[in-house]
Parts: sequence; structure tokens; C-alpha cells
Amino acid sequence: MTLQTPNGFSLDNSGQRIVVDPVTRIEGHMRVEVNVDANNVIRNAVSTGTMWRGLEVILKGRDPRDAWAFTERICGVCTGTHALTSVRAVENALDIQIPENANIIRNIMQLTLQVHDHIVHFYHLHALDWVDVVSALSADPKATSELAQSISSWGMSSPGYYRDLQNRLKKFVESGQLGPFKNGYWGHPGYKLPPEANLMAVAHYLEALDFQKDIVKIHAVFGGKNPHPNWLVGGVPNPINMDSVGAAACINMERLNLVDGIIARCIEFTDNVYLPDLMAIASFYKDWLHGGGLSSKSVLSYGDIPDRANDYSASSLLLPRGAIINGNLNEVFEVDLTAQDEIQEFVSHSWYKYADETKGLHPYDGVTEANYQLGPNAKGTRTHIEQIDEGAKYSWIKSPRWKGHAMEVGPLARFVIGYVQNKPEFKEPVDAALRQLGVPLTALFSTLGRTAARGLECQWAARELQRQFGRLVANIKAGDTTTANMAKWTPDTWPTSVRGVGFTEAPRGALGHWVKIENGKIDSYQCIVPTTWNGGPRDNEGNIGAFEAALLDTPVADPKQPLEILRTLHSFDPCLACSTHVLSDKGEELTTVTVR
Amino acid sequence: MSANAVEGRVLILGVGNILWADEGFGVRCVEALGDRFAFPPNVTLLDGGTQGLLLIDPMREATHAIIFDAVDFGGAPGELSVVRDEAIPAFVGARAMSLHQTGMVDVMALSRLLGWQPDALTLIGVQPVLLEDYGGSLTQEVRAQINPALDAALSELARWGVAHAARPAFGEDADIVTPALALHLYEGGRPSAEAACRMGDERVLAQGGLNGGRAA
Repeated sequence: MTLQTPNGFSLDNSGQRIVVDPVTRIEGHMRVEVNVDANNVIRNAVSTGTMWRGLEVILKGRDPRDAWAFTERICGVCTGTHALTSVRAVENALDIQIPENANIIRNIMQLTLQVHDHIVHFYHLHALDWVDVVSALSADPKATSELAQSISSWGMSSPGYYRDLQNRLKKFVESGQLGPFKNGYWGHPGYKLPPEANLMAVAHYLEALDFQKDIVKIHAVFGGKNPHPNWLVGGVPNPINMDSVGAAACINMERLNLVDGIIARCIEFTDNVYLPDLMAIASFYKDWLHGGGLSSKSVLSYGDIPDRANDYSASSLLLPRGAIINGNLNEVFEVDLTAQDEIQEFVSHSWYKYADETKGLHPYDGVTEANYQLGPNAKGTRTHIEQIDEGAKYSWIKSPRWKGHAMEVGPLARFVIGYVQNKPEFKEPVDAALRQLGVPLTALFSTLGRTAARGLECQWAARELQRQFGRLVANIKAGDTTTANMAKWTPDTWPTSVRGVGFTEAPRGALGHWVKIENGKIDSYQCIVPTTWNGGPRDNEGNIGAFEAALLDTPVADPKQPLEILRTLHSFDPCLACSTHVLSDKGEELTTVTVR
Repeated sequence: MSANAVEGRVLILGVGNILWADEGFGVRCVEALGDRFAFPPNVTLLDGGTQGLLLIDPMREATHAIIFDAVDFGGAPGELSVVRDEAIPAFVGARAMSLHQTGMVDVMALSRLLGWQPDALTLIGVQPVLLEDYGGSLTQEVRAQINPALDAALSELARWGVAHAARPAFGEDADIVTPALALHLYEGGRPSAEAACRMGDERVLAQGGLNGGRAA
């Protein structure tokens, strides 16, 4: 049956059905089902979050000053960005102003997270969708060295280096303990890189693994410890004391020097390894421009990295804020997270219950009440679903909408908005990358474009990190060492009933927390996370979300090895741990691909 | 290679997600160990949470490591097991941890790929009773294994030649875990089942858990 969605997509679920469950190399659990036509082109896509979420309800009754610590535990990758969103929400509710240094240090924390997450995503979660590890074993180390030296001045590129690395890789593969390489579709025709490019990429996979551990030391300097840094409502937890020596929780000269050195290496690695690799890989895949989905139609960013403390307006935010709808790239709308008619969550296709499911609810009025039921056309049992019925409820993720529109969020959304706003720091790198690859602007709206935007954003973030650090050092030199405003620390200084919103741009997209505080305790807490925006199911009007839209019209070479599906889903850097919770029985982690 | 842990670096790591009932076992063990005992400066106690790749670095720095974790090794619910060295990957491989499904087995594989060769590695694991209880804490069976798990760790350390001393009964907390998440505060602040909407869905409650789970 063919169906037209209001947001401009054509769906046909009559062809062969492919089920991928769970989707691997993501945080959390998701399942995707697609229908392909006679030519194996995807004509219908169904994205299901297979986990139940309950963060909102476990925070009820807790001290709002502690909420960040709970949100930091939701998942294994978004620790700091949830914590930052949480303290901002509480400060917004209680009207707490933070000092300039606290704002800068938080920006440094957030930009560090962006750089770390983007590098880890590209090399350790996404590269294997483009890079064939097994093919790297047949590369010629000398030719690999020549390739590497032709695209970058990065030092580690001799034939001997690649030969050693290839031997290590061989031993690793022969040991049988493949670890992260075990679920690859090695040898798939969708891999386009020559063996030498594969070997170079695997080498950088390991170098990035080695380097990422240093990046996060910045979090330990400003947050006191890793891997769970401390945060503070009213500012930042670690005092600045330039005279201190060795004290664990102080920001002093020695630690600032450490940070300075790491930032320089972030810039160096991004410029000389990440970006050259990205462009080299892209040059082999520039004919594979599937996966654009909503990116050319409807994108959303809340914005982040306030240049001025306590100013969360668009003019202060260095990561752009705005909404583009209906494919009209000539207009960027302002976004208000508190307006009742802007951000709303719908549940007509989610396993939750509202009194009236034809309407959406603003997060201040959000309801999280489970209602698990399969539609009449579902196959299998309630605990072993063989096939989802997307006509009914089919996901543990809600469907957030901005003024009724399904939106894509993330680095590509941010770059599209910055580009349309003619901000040179976003427009120029995009134009340069497109020129280098010899592709038109429309190529940006693709899986590859999403992956490229993340790399360009990493480069931007590394430089902004350096600028923010310079501002911090200048403030300290000028004698300003204030890091926290504790005037409203104790609950007796708070109004009895308040509410507030905090937002950030997490590496994977727009993140918001909405909190209500009654008599000093959390009365309600709602989060809308990036993967809810991108991975949510259809709404009651039939609009499809970003994951489903991006999968459409993509040819799948071998339905039993859906590399193309994983490639596009991974390009969003999905993270479902906070949007949903695991339900697979026996803790099974093996992906099964079922073709019906 | 240092044959003796006295000269090497010792890591005592607790992993898992405290928000998921028995998943919090590893973190609660290292929290309790830090609260009750003091160790020489070459011993690091770490609440690793579910931070996958971020654990590679502390792992690589260690010549001797003890990992506390909730592990599905097919035993009876609440059963404690101590597994050493080469035998470990087969066990932790049974369950992915969290970071983008980078479980401990991947963390170890990646650490080895980067050249890590520990002198000694010991996993102290408990078979979880219940995981599917978001915001919940350890079950009685698993909680009862904290003391035996600490005893197992201390005897392992003694075997390696690492000393320990009891902390003063009312001494300072070691703050291994963020204070707001300390076990007693975490459990004391939990809303009721009604308030927290923990009822009424068989996929969440009846069927959940590795061994058939049950509602809290």
C-alpha cells in the first residue's frame, strides 16, 4: 500500500520486509524494519526504540541540586551534556546568575565533549560503515604510506609504521577475539575504499583511541574527576587558586598548562588526521548520496556555547539557534522552549498513554505513562515481536514536534542553520569541503553530509575551545577568580513553586530538560533528547521522523547484510539510553537480520 | 613486567549502571571498599559507571586490576564468582556494558590492541537477580554479596602483596561515587512505585530481568 506523508514522503510497505534488531554500535537499543521493492530499494522504514524510559519519574521528590548527578548516569556517552542541561534548568527555574568564569569553564567542558564525542563517533562507531577492516590486511604498507603522506603532514606515516600496524591487526584478527570488529559485514560490495585507504583508516582508528583518553583529562581538571565529573548549580565546582600546588580539586597554573597542551593537540589531530581522513573517505563515496531525509526540509537547533554568561538568546549563542521548515532555506525561525505551542510530544504511535492522543503536550505538562500494545497487523508475540505494525503504537520513544513539524537535529542541522544565516564560521568550511569534493550544495543533504558536518563541527569546536580557554586565562590574569554564585544555594531562598528549562546542543543534537520545583523538591522533570527528535515514530498526522525519512529510497545491495541501513542510522550518532530502556530478554546482544 | 603489585599500579574498578538495580553491584562494591579501607598510593579505586572507552586509559595504566561487575555467567541468581586472567573474556562477553555496546570485553580487547598486558586481572562478578527496575537499588541477594566480594578483593590484593588498613569507623568518606548518589541517599530518595509509574507493563516488569525478574 502506498501512502503519502504530510511532510512529503512516499511510503510503500508492500515489498519484502527486512528487520534489524538490535542496531549495533549505538548507545541503547533500537530496532529498524524496512520494506524494499523489487530492486531492493527501501520504500518504507520503521524505527522502534525498544527500551522504556523512566528518568523523569525517578527524579521526582529529589533535591534539584542533585539532579545533574542522576542525569549523568543515564548513559555512557552524554554524561556531561546532561549534567550541564540539568544545572541550567535548575538555575533557570531559580533565577540564579552564574559568574563569567563559570560560563567559560562550562563552555570548555561542553566543547571538549563535542570534540571527544565527534572523534570517537567517527573512528570507533561510524568508520566501520565505510572502512573494511579485513581489506586492510591486504594493503601494501609502502603504498599506504604514500597515500597518507599525499593527504596530510601527520608524522606517523612511514611504511614501517603501517607494516607494524598491519602485523598487530593480523594477530588481533587471528586471535579470534575481534571485540569491536566482530559484527562487521567485511567484504560487502558497499565498501568502496582500496585496501591502502582501509589500512590508513584502521591506523587512525587506533591513534584516535589512544588520543581520546587525553582529551577527557580536561574534564578532570575542571570537574575534579573522571569518568564522572562534578557539576554545580550556581557555577562550577572547582575553585581557581593559582597559588595552589598539587591540590586535587583546584584549578592552578600546572593544570591550565595541561589543558592548553591538550587543546593544541585537539586542533592538530582534527586538522591533520580527522579532516583529511574524512575527505579521503568521502572522495570514494561521493556517488553514494543517500540518506538526506529531513535535513533539506526541517531542521532544529536550540543553540549553545553562550558567549556571555546568563545570556541564552540567539545573539549570544555561538552554535546557532533556529528552526527551518518545509524546505524553505530562506527563513530561519526563532525557537522558544517555553512556548506551549512550539515544542510538543505526541504519543499516538508510542507506547504511552495520554488522555487525548490527538494532541501533543509541552514538556512542562509532559506525561510518561506506559501503554504497551501491539497493532492488529503485528506478527509474533508481545515479548517476541517478529514484525511491528507501524499503523499502531510501535516505539518507546515519543514523537516530539516543533509547531507540528518533524525535525532533524544534530551537527548537520546546526551547520544548515549556520549556513543559511550566512555565518562564515559555518558557511566557509562547508563551501570549501564541497569544492574539494567537486559536489554541489545538495550533496550536503545526505548521510555523507551528516558525517562531514560532524567533522567540520569538531574542527570548529577545537578552535572555539582554544578561544574560550584564552578568555579564561585573561580573566584570571585580570584578577577574576570567581567560579560560583552561592547566594541562592539553600532552599529557604527559593520560591515555593517555580519551573525552568535548560538546553544544550549535545554532540548528537538539541537537548532540553524541563523542571518544576515545589517546596524545594523536584515535582516534575521531563527531558527531550536528540535521539527522540531523530528516532521518534510517526505522529497522528502521519509525519515521519528523521531516521525513517533518511532510510527511504536507499538501495540495499544485500538484504541479509544491511550495511547501508546501519551507515545511515549511525550517521545520526544515535543514543537511545536516555530515550528508552532495554527489554530484550536474556540480555541478548547479537544482531539478527530477518528477511521476510 | 613487574611480578609484584607492590611495585606496579593496581586498579580496583567498579562498573555498571547504578540506575538499573543489580547493574549497580560493581559501583556499590568499589564505593563500599573505599568507605571502609585505605590503600597504598599505587592503588586506584574507580567508579567506572558505564563509561566504556573512558576506562581504557585507567586499564592500560594498571599492572594489576580487579573488576567488580554484574555478570551473566549463567549461574544462580546472586551467585558470586571470581575469574582470573585468560578466563575472563568468555565471561564478560555474555553481556554488553553500555557505551555504544562497548562492553568490558571490548574495553579489554581494545586495551590489548593498544599494547596492554596486565600481570594479573581478576573479575569479581555477581549473577544479577533483577535489572529491569529503573531507579531501583540492589536486590537483597545481590546486596548480601557485597561483603563476600570485598573479602575476595582483599584476599586477591593480599596475594599480590598489597596492604590495606581499615578506615576509622567514623572517618571521612572516600567519595568514590558522587556523594549525591551514595547508596543510602540514592535509596532514601526513591519515589514510591505509584509516584514513579513502576507498575502495569509486563514488558517492563513481569518479563524483565535475566532470570524472570520481579517488581520492586
